Amino acid sequence: MKLIQSVNDFVIKFANANGTGSASANNLFAKAIFNMGVPVSPRNIFPSNIQGLPTWYEVRVNEAGYLGRRGGGVEVVVAMNPQSIADDIAAVLPGGCFLYDSSNPLPSRLHRDDIQIIGIPFTGLCREQFTNTKQRMLFKNISYVGALAALLNIEFDIFTGLLGQQFKGKEHLITANITALELGYVYAKKHVECPIDIRVSKSDAVKDKILVDGNTATGLGCVYGGATVCGWYPITPSTSVVEAFTRFSERMRIDPASGRKRFGVVQMEDELAAIGVVMGASWNGARAFTATSGPGISLMSELLGLAYFAEIPLVLVNVQRGGPSTGMPTRTQQSDILACAYASHGDTKHVLTFPATPKECFEFAAESFDLAERLQTPVIIMSDLELGMNDWLCDPLEWDDETQYDRGKVLNAEQLDALESDKPFARYMDIDDDGICYRTYPGTHPEKGAFFTRGTSRDKHALYTEEGDHYVDNMERLLKKHRTAATLIPAPVIQINDKQHKMGVIYYGTTDNVMPESLLKLEKQGLHFNSMRIRSYPFNDEVAEFIERHETMYVIEQNRDAQMRSLLINELDCHPKKLIKVLHYDGMPIPVQAVVGGILSHLDTQDPALTGND
Amino acid sequence: MTCIAKSKFHHPQLPTNELGLTYRDYEGSMSTLCAGCGHDSVGAAVVQACFELSLPAHRIAKLSGIGCSSKAPTYFLGKSHGFNSVHGRMPSVVTGANLANRELVYLGMSGDGDSASIGLGQFAHVARRKLNMSYIVANNGAYGLTKGQASATADRGSLMKGGKEVMDEGIDLVSLALSMGATYVARSFSGDKDQLVPLIKGALSHQGFAFIDVLSPCVTFNNHKGSTKSYDYLRDHMESLISADFIPVKSEITAQSEPGLSKDIFMHDGSMMRFRATDDSYDLSNKQSALNAISEHTGKGEVLTGLLYLEPGGSDLHENIQTVCEPLNELSYKDLCPGSEALDTLNKSFR
Repeated sequence: MKLIQSVNDFVIKFANANGTGSASANNLFAKAIFNMGVPVSPRNIFPSNIQGLPTWYEVRVNEAGYLGRRGGGVEVVVAMNPQSIADDIAAVLPGGCFLYDSSNPLPSRLHRDDIQIIGIPFTGLCREQFTNTKQRMLFKNISYVGALAALLNIEFDIFTGLLGQQFKGKEHLITANITALELGYVYAKKHVECPIDIRVSKSDAVKDKILVDGNTATGLGCVYGGATVCGWYPITPSTSVVEAFTRFSERMRIDPASGRKRFGVVQMEDELAAIGVVMGASWNGARAFTATSGPGISLMSELLGLAYFAEIPLVLVNVQRGGPSTGMPTRTQQSDILACAYASHGDTKHVLTFPATPKECFEFAAESFDLAERLQTPVIIMSDLELGMNDWLCDPLEWDDETQYDRGKVLNAEQLDALESDKPFARYMDIDDDGICYRTYPGTHPEKGAFFTRGTSRDKHALYTEEGDHYVDNMERLLKKHRTAATLIPAPVIQINDKQHKMGVIYYGTTDNVMPESLLKLEKQGLHFNSMRIRSYPFNDEVAEFIERHETMYVIEQNRDAQMRSLLINELDCHPKKLIKVLHYDGMPIPVQAVVGGILSHLDTQDPALTGND
Repeated sequence: MTCIAKSKFHHPQLPTNELGLTYRDYEGSMSTLCAGCGHDSVGAAVVQACFELSLPAHRIAKLSGIGCSSKAPTYFLGKSHGFNSVHGRMPSVVTGANLANRELVYLGMSGDGDSASIGLGQFAHVARRKLNMSYIVANNGAYGLTKGQASATADRGSLMKGGKEVMDEGIDLVSLALSMGATYVARSFSGDKDQLVPLIKGALSHQGFAFIDVLSPCVTFNNHKGSTKSYDYLRDHMESLISADFIPVKSEITAQSEPGLSKDIFMHDGSMMRFRATDDSYDLSNKQSALNAISEHTGKGEVLTGLLYLEPGGSDLHENIQTVCEPLNELSYKDLCPGSEALDTLNKSFR
């Protein structure tokens, strides 16, 4: 048997049962490797269930910083769930390592000769050490982390440091956790030759990077962006956005004099009411947002149409999950692109942004309030479960203290008084020729500036009309405003590797995690691609030019219907044959092998002379 | 019709209120509702109530859903910002507006279709959150804009135009509001201005969720014999149990109460509701007595009107979630943004 020898480059998968407290142990493991200075990407793969069903936690350790999902088997499996043990042992790559709880014997039919199998009686060890049933269950998880410290060569002191931080002031918890860690650590040292050939070694590859999940960063971005009102309805995987906003606000947004809150979060009865709150608050001059996922988007669509047509700013975070319908509520997808771009009946177009990292979650969330108020329209942040609910290594969050909030075109009482009498306030008059009109908040002026906000067609003075000319004027102005939006929203990230501009790849959101590695693999085969990561919709000129200049582009997406490709074709009128679909949508994040394999299998069908292979 | 501007001309000696404004200053644009529509009387009562209270119109926000009733806000308070939102969703939009600025007066105008059918959920929830607002339903038991279908408040056994009998139970929004936690609950009739105007004044002055169900006949689709929402039926079956007057703060000394006959309840701002019950034992602060009285009168085929329940000094949503006293929409960058130093600390916590 040839064992895999690998330092700082492997994937380890933990197989647990839902609701057994494994998440914090697994997180402790990932954090320890991060603290060894080695880049990690932990990923929670969990069922829509509270207790009992199998759940996995996969950690990719990669010194070079390739942290997307690799796909295929894994080097190390920690099997703690008899329900899934057959699949789990099958997932180990030849030469890899399988660590299991040997309190129950491994069924002989599952035995493999091509991997290293290590049995440690975690349940038994904890039964001897701890008296209380709950403790036995929880500390079993910590004890396998202790064994891994020995097996993979992770410094034990790092764990003591992390536990000290986590349970500051609760000494008895620190002691109990360290005892549990030592149980596994000592047992492994005594019975197994440690470390094994797959191991961790201290590095400085992490530099000053942080480890944070996208939803936390989004919630924090809403605090920094000045959101004061949030109406929401819980739905996986978006719930933690509002929880983060609330948590940070309770820490940083309390009026010191009164102890009262400089924000209002209200859990509403459904998503219709959640977006209703956001709309009412934004109309009334507060920065407001909500967060939801697929089914919530469907429910909010009617009010999104009102916000588009009546021109009310609002910020909506969509943490996408597997659809349609209830779909795969705990799995990831990018399948709401069209539902959001054109949400609601009638002719509508909404502003979308596509963050790819927690840092972009933070920045896009904060900036979206400026954008929404500047453009007086909904701004939808298109995150996904993969980004939102997993910790990602990213650059530290930054904030410029010179920032001023851009509240957009809002007239106050003095400005209303200064208007010339022959040019009184008209809510829907395009004075600056950018499609964006001036608005007023309720309560501004005793005599001037009041208007009626409505979802019906109206004239420039906000008065009801069914005159076709007025209607068309207004709809055309909304299109003009949409074009203005394209100049204000995040530009694509373009990388040119091939000056001939023959082949390109187009992608967005969390597909970014696998692209550097995928392009490197293709490069090694002599295939050079220019790349464009789309970061927002409406598409700006750079997006159009990129598509114009290339002969063939692969549009890589995590949905069945190539929704971004449809949007590009529809909006830019580009030739469909130029844009080749590469799709992955089984609910797991797109792996490197899907990108590389998808592109290669298409190239195989092409005339080599056309593809520019060298 | 809205393109026809109302004449600005008015009699030079029209009475003015404390703000020096006339009744005309509180009007809106020309109504496009049917001639004789009860909703126009409701609008007129709102105008009179706001005029008499000397409320600055621009400090009132009027919001509505969809339907004839929800069109009505266009026809009153032309100097107020208005928001004609989406069918059945006005309560959530007012919730957001109120969260943004707790200092304005919020008037929600809705109908029986808007509040009892498509919007029943939001109606119930806004009441239980005790949002500080006045919520008026102009209730005619029928859908007007879609030509006369029965709504969810149409009484079982009532005949719709064309003779079809209503077979489903009617929803009583007053009983629902009471159960859900509304702290000011009244029922009135659009044809009884003397009763309605003080009720609206009380609602606008109430701190908390004030609900008025105003029976407001639909002259086109639900004003025939056999309907329990027609002018004739309501005039014959209305039973005013409690007459209430609104006494503003400044009139306290001059408005003497008649001992033994009437009772006063002070509102949070020092104004008061003075009411007189025909039944001495009726307890206005007891939710159960209101629910009992409603069911007793309904059993007798009567429509109970008047102020039915009042709980002054209750909490509202802002108190419950402990927001700051100043409007959230007036907080500055300095109040809201924790800045780079705090972010550096957070970055450390993410390591």
